[in-house]
Amino acid sequence: MTVESTAARKPRRSSKRTAGAGARKTAAEPELVQLLTPEGERVEHPDYDVDLSPEELRGLYRDMVLTRRFDAEATALQRQGELGLWASLLGQEAAQIGSGRALRDDDYVFPTYREHGVAWCRGVDPTNLLGMFRGVNHGGWDPNSNNFHLYTIVIGSQTLHATGYAMGVAKDGADSAVVAYFGDGASSQGDVAEAFTFSAVYNAPVVFFCQNNQWAISEPTEKQMRVPLYQRAQGFGFPGVRVDGNDVLACLAVTRSALERARRGEGPTLVEAFTYRMGAHTTSDDPTKYRADEEREAWEAKDPILRLHSYLEKAGHADAAFFEELESESETLGKRVREAVRAMPDPEPMAIFENIYADGHALVDEERAQFAAYQASFSDGEGN
Amino acid sequence: MAVQKLPIAKAINESLRKAMETDPKVLIMGEDVGKLGGVFRVTDGLFKDFGEDRVIDTPLAESGIVGTAIGLALRGYRPVVEIQFDGFVFPAYDQIVTQLAKMHARALGKIKLPVVVRIPYGGGIGAVEHHSESPEALFAHVAGLKVVSPSNASDAYWMMQQAIQSDDPVIFFEPKRRYWDKGEVDTDSIPGPLHKARTVRDGSDLTLVAYGPMVKVCLEAAAAAQEEGKSIEVVDLRSMSPIDFDAVQASVERTRRLVVVHEAPVFYGAGAEIAARITERCFYHLEAPVLRVGGYHAPYPPARLEEEYLPGLDRVLDAVDRSLAY
Repeated sequence: MTVESTAARKPRRSSKRTAGAGARKTAAEPELVQLLTPEGERVEHPDYDVDLSPEELRGLYRDMVLTRRFDAEATALQRQGELGLWASLLGQEAAQIGSGRALRDDDYVFPTYREHGVAWCRGVDPTNLLGMFRGVNHGGWDPNSNNFHLYTIVIGSQTLHATGYAMGVAKDGADSAVVAYFGDGASSQGDVAEAFTFSAVYNAPVVFFCQNNQWAISEPTEKQMRVPLYQRAQGFGFPGVRVDGNDVLACLAVTRSALERARRGEGPTLVEAFTYRMGAHTTSDDPTKYRADEEREAWEAKDPILRLHSYLEKAGHADAAFFEELESESETLGKRVREAVRAMPDPEPMAIFENIYADGHALVDEERAQFAAYQASFSDGEGN
Repeated sequence: MAVQKLPIAKAINESLRKAMETDPKVLIMGEDVGKLGGVFRVTDGLFKDFGEDRVIDTPLAESGIVGTAIGLALRGYRPVVEIQFDGFVFPAYDQIVTQLAKMHARALGKIKLPVVVRIPYGGGIGAVEHHSESPEALFAHVAGLKVVSPSNASDAYWMMQQAIQSDDPVIFFEPKRRYWDKGEVDTDSIPGPLHKARTVRDGSDLTLVAYGPMVKVCLEAAAAAQEEGKSIEVVDLRSMSPIDFDAVQASVERTRRLVVVHEAPVFYGAGAEIAARITERCFYHLEAPVLRVGGYHAPYPPARLEEEYLPGLDRVLDAVDRSLAY
């Protein structure tokens, strides 16, 4: 496993076009759009820029910190037995917050099961995400409340749903855009290739946002692809761009640009956010069996939160009070999540038979009645 | 002209047209459904009248067709998807089973998936491999899906209307070798419920249960048995999920004998489910074990052998005789 990481520390400052299909670079020196170096230096890019106020910059920082805090709390809750499983986003905060904050309210998101930061940007209460990991439901939130679809566990399936939804947006004559999130592992799925084909053929207003976190459980990207992922878009007839996935500003700029392109009716874009899964695949995984500590350490130096922290301080955009207040807000969030999970009741057994069909089904009715009678048979008639 | 004599394919075509006229959210999607009108011409003329925005020729990718139909349904559309042949549904099986069937439950009922998946199915047309299969049990086994199959033109028209109006995903199996069988369709009548079985021939000695293409075979078998003095009742199941067990039970309580007939392999097939349920419900009424006639546990054979493989008049009558011999 070679980690394609060196370029992230040596941002390109030339005016040469760095992103887009057809760029030929060696694996050791990936093309990527970067606006904020790992050291927190603001750099220019010829094609992408963001002009953010100090308040907006602090907002992005706050989003990333709170998302990481929520994620850490969920991991802890799993260790305490309160959750059955957790899929941590640790290390991917910039990719998720940057892309998530590029969205308009009327845009629509189709996530995998790791998009906790995007959910945060969409205004989904973080505790809503935990029901499925606790085992009290399979998701359960109303996707239309925040235009944030349910977490999809089958890898890559949601890219087709996003494409179909985007086809519908175009039919409606709306200028909303749709984002399909997926990962490097999903890029091998046939559904993702089909989504690329359908979206290109119908010119659907969809952005394919791939967080290439380098690992599909234990399999490195070499097991998924032989050319940089973003280059694949060219073969389908739409642009692909690789962005520093640990640079929240670049992720925001690139996603915003792709969304605008979709809104203008120019079709799909593939964004490959080059990032790293700092933690395990899920709490059931053990990365020590397949990857080296040095690799993780190398990526720690490119941490998405630290680099924005450095920039905010150096630029004088945030003072100690801001960071202290955020620390306190983080703790409050952690406490709220902890309490909410612990208070989350198990569903009633009869819930097994609910919401299977919208219009009902005779067999479900029959089995529900049988189950109810069976349950009632344990009652002694005195309320016990 | 409320009553027309139409072949099944045309009845479905008229039903799709009616649905598209009534509801602008209804879309047709599939391979070759546009200009060509589908390989069986079931969507003939719709492209011309409704345009490419509503009659969508898709890339040749079944998972993509169903996956994007799900997305369109989430956006408020009511896609009617055509899978060109039964044996080609499997690339879409993942989307149908893991997504289409379960998304309503995943959302605790907060979203609906009104998608119809049309599948021309069954043999008897002398086709090459993958064009003659009957995979209905593979869908009926999945909670969240409804599975139906008409046997005649009137049902084809009305069941399609009801499937499109359903807020649940419906797998609509069309008996392709009966596409050209004509029947009367009264487009002004009021149809019965989608998932109710119908007794299509009264009898007192034995009940034959079938659906789709086998209903015709069973009616012919019943007529032949009549000449030998046997009175056979034929029940057209119409829906394989849910199954109208009450109707089958009511018939068997009178006739006391049941033979289930389908083209699909009998092993783990609809007949197995019906036999188990009816044995449970009618144990003290039955004079004979429930028998099944259907396909064998073998790949659908080459066309030159399909007459041997498919349940025909004689195989149905053989089972009738065996049942009556108890």
